Amino acid sequence: MQSRLPILIFAVLMAAIPFVPGMPPFWIVLLDNIGLAALVAMGLVLLTGVGGLTSFGQAAFVGFGAYTTALLTTAYGLSPWLTLPLSLVVSGLLAVLLGLVTVRLSGHYLPLGTLAWGLGLFYLFSKLEFLGRNDGISAIPPLSIGSFKMLSPGSIYYAIWVAVILSALLTMNLLDSRTGRAIRALRRGHVAAEAFGVHTPRAKMLVFIHAAVLAGLSGWLYAHLQRAVNPTPFGAQAGIEYLFIAVVGGAGYVWGGVLGAAIVVILKEVLQSYLPLLLPGSGQVETIVFGIMLVALLQLAPGGVWPWLMSFLPERTGGRKPDTSLMLESRTRAAGQSGVLLQVEKARKQFGGVIAVNNVSFDVQAREIVALIGPNGAGKSTTFNLITGVLSATSGSISVLGKKVDRAPPQEIVKLGISRTFQHVKLVPDMTVLENVAIGAHLRGHSGPLASMLRLDRADEAKLLAEAARQIERVGLSDQMHHLAGSLSLGQQRIVEIARALCVDPMLLLLDEPAAGLRHMEKQQLAKLLRDLRDGGMSVLLVEHDMGFVMNLADRIVVLDFGTKIAEGTPATIKTNPEVIKAYLGVAA
Amino acid sequence: MNTTIMLFLLQDGITNGAIYALLGLALVLVFAVTRVILIPQGEFVTYGALTYASLASGQMPGTAKLALAMGIVAFAFDLFVARKALHGRLIVRSVLTNIVLPAIVLAVTLYFAGQKPPVAVCIALSLLIVAMIGLFLYRIAFQPLAHTSVLVLLIASVGVHLALQGLGLLFFGAEGQRGPAVLSGAFTAGSLRFTGQSLTVYGITIAFIVGLWLFFGLTLYGKALRATAVNRLGARLAGIRTTLSGQIAFLLASVIGALSGIMIVPITTLYYDSGFLIGLKGFVAAIIGGLVSYPLTAVAALFVGIVEAFSSFYASNYKEVIVFMLLIPVLLLRSLAAPAVEEEKD
Repeated sequence: MQSRLPILIFAVLMAAIPFVPGMPPFWIVLLDNIGLAALVAMGLVLLTGVGGLTSFGQAAFVGFGAYTTALLTTAYGLSPWLTLPLSLVVSGLLAVLLGLVTVRLSGHYLPLGTLAWGLGLFYLFSKLEFLGRNDGISAIPPLSIGSFKMLSPGSIYYAIWVAVILSALLTMNLLDSRTGRAIRALRRGHVAAEAFGVHTPRAKMLVFIHAAVLAGLSGWLYAHLQRAVNPTPFGAQAGIEYLFIAVVGGAGYVWGGVLGAAIVVILKEVLQSYLPLLLPGSGQVETIVFGIMLVALLQLAPGGVWPWLMSFLPERTGGRKPDTSLMLESRTRAAGQSGVLLQVEKARKQFGGVIAVNNVSFDVQAREIVALIGPNGAGKSTTFNLITGVLSATSGSISVLGKKVDRAPPQEIVKLGISRTFQHVKLVPDMTVLENVAIGAHLRGHSGPLASMLRLDRADEAKLLAEAARQIERVGLSDQMHHLAGSLSLGQQRIVEIARALCVDPMLLLLDEPAAGLRHMEKQQLAKLLRDLRDGGMSVLLVEHDMGFVMNLADRIVVLDFGTKIAEGTPATIKTNPEVIKAYLGVAA
Repeated sequence: MNTTIMLFLLQDGITNGAIYALLGLALVLVFAVTRVILIPQGEFVTYGALTYASLASGQMPGTAKLALAMGIVAFAFDLFVARKALHGRLIVRSVLTNIVLPAIVLAVTLYFAGQKPPVAVCIALSLLIVAMIGLFLYRIAFQPLAHTSVLVLLIASVGVHLALQGLGLLFFGAEGQRGPAVLSGAFTAGSLRFTGQSLTVYGITIAFIVGLWLFFGLTLYGKALRATAVNRLGARLAGIRTTLSGQIAFLLASVIGALSGIMIVPITTLYYDSGFLIGLKGFVAAIIGGLVSYPLTAVAALFVGIVEAFSSFYASNYKEVIVFMLLIPVLLLRSLAAPAVEEEKD
């Protein structure tokens, strides 16, 4: 594959470095350290840069990996190769435990929470008797293959960089998959992802464990490189340092982690060896310069160095168009999809003293376009959120095909075949249109994270992308398929949302102001598309302010005002309804 | 244990807790207004404390020179940003705040250094110096990054912490210092002894909490700060200068930090790197307070102080473990009660 070529070249280069004649052994040590830091930073790229979960506590996971192997190889004489899986499992289990507590934290509690347990675990390392307190554990056996012992930094070099490159490949495979798209959607909030069946707490937990296991791997290698461990390198300072390695390199990019590790490790080394020559006799000058350079670097390139470097490369020509002949199985439909699809009965939603939706009842039949209209603040979007499970109703009930779904979460609603778009566009701007739309087909794919990492998901993945491409074609955005969603106009982004919703293979489509920001021609195309969908057997419930659009399109109109239904009927009757005219114009006609 | 020990530990905890409360308040303030998680808050503490102690013992604190140096850099930043539209008033104002003011303070400090000035002069000078450092710090490090994400601001904050801590070692050396009591004298009530120092701590903490409450509730600047915290863009559209809000926040934070330092340094020996851990405990309190609530933060800080005092008596080895692990149950409760609101990041 074409995209693997640079990685192959990189691997060959790295393999050749120790053979360069006259290569100072000290440089190899530096490269070892870069590799170790890169592993941790790579986990953080996924966790922080991609998933939006900031963690200061990664050093603690490195510590757990290192102490696990140190203890088991010295006190119990296990082989280091046996302790490798154990180190990873211990780090992973710790991540599960800490993740259960911290991952659900929103916003800024999470980084602070990780800082807190990072510190706590650090003090624990330095106080526990069987971990050797502040002295740590020494005389750890080296890695060995047969009689070959990896005693020198030059021999363990290969173990470290094989681990780095393999981890980078697995991580990139993971990102470029069904699970990866769910992870990449996390940073933009959970509502949109959940509306397409992504279990966001599970996705967060997954990246948390992935990052912890990578950190544990780094710790295991560290223990066998140094052949001694003590608490110092696993403290809060180290945790903070890993994070800024990721940020300096470019927090959203796997190779940014590696580059960041190289920049920070080399910068520190240079400062430590040369600054004392320039300014003799002064204590921590390198820390001062390091701190100042860090701030300066962030001011010059807040996005990190990797994306800044990449911007010099010629832009990649758009990816290949997926093979649209591959078919994805349709969603299994409940029997009897005629009659009433959606029944809203006396739904009520109160926010404190405000009644956003006041005992509203209406229904949507099969093959019908129903419009929900009303002045701003009438409760239309809240009604949408009640139907899709984002909010739960204070009272009243909502049923789909006769089955009550009052307390069902969004992930269950979408399984019933109800998909939606959002009033405020919720796309992932740095993902392509194709990838964004493919999130809509999330529930129709099956591959898990392990399969994705090992590339066993390709058949499944090809079908998902084919379905996404078909829906993009259907809404007329084929030319923009490989553009970043954030580069499209707002109107086009709304259309992308419709394609994403269509990927669910829905029986009922909920559209929140789909025509806003569209030009006249585009509105006509949209209306035609919606009519075609209806004629093909789908129902549509839409909120819209453009009266011309609604009156020409809808079969039936429900009018809300201040949370209360004031009228319902065909467009013709609604146009002449005095209540409606009063709500919109403020006077009796 | 008997009641005397318990009361003693309680008193000790409350004194420390009051300091953590002040720091927690400053952290909440800065975070709310600028989205910066102010890790260098601890450096404001040590700078304040050690500047005060140096002055009182007749030494010249290097921080006064740092303030001038930072002022010059800040002036350069001002000039660079305004290079397309330079006009006289702007330059004069920038010179006055960034160069003339720290130069005067440096001159006054040089005048007093070596002659052991009275406590009041030491306090005033230390506060002034650290306040200027805080102000210029915002201008140099954070104002150019004001538009970036919380994460980038946080990393910058770490960088600033490292630089300031390194400078602290340069200025004050590796040895710890103690300063003279702000208020000497003591009285006893029952078995408890109240020193003037600890009473000062209580008094100033309460005064600050009430002061901040009044400031945010009643004054126009306070309301502008709150508006900036809620919605930056909206505040700008309403004519609030968000950079001014940031400057006020940093000014307040540095004054609070320095004041806390001046209050602790007569009680405990402080080293150039003591600030980090003290600041972190203020942090713990701020997190328990949810980074939004001032009263809750104050109560949490007292709690942290008391837990620390008791655990240092019973399990001094695990003192830090206990204080930081205290957060886990709090976070657990918070995550159970997590609001289901959508957060738009970046």
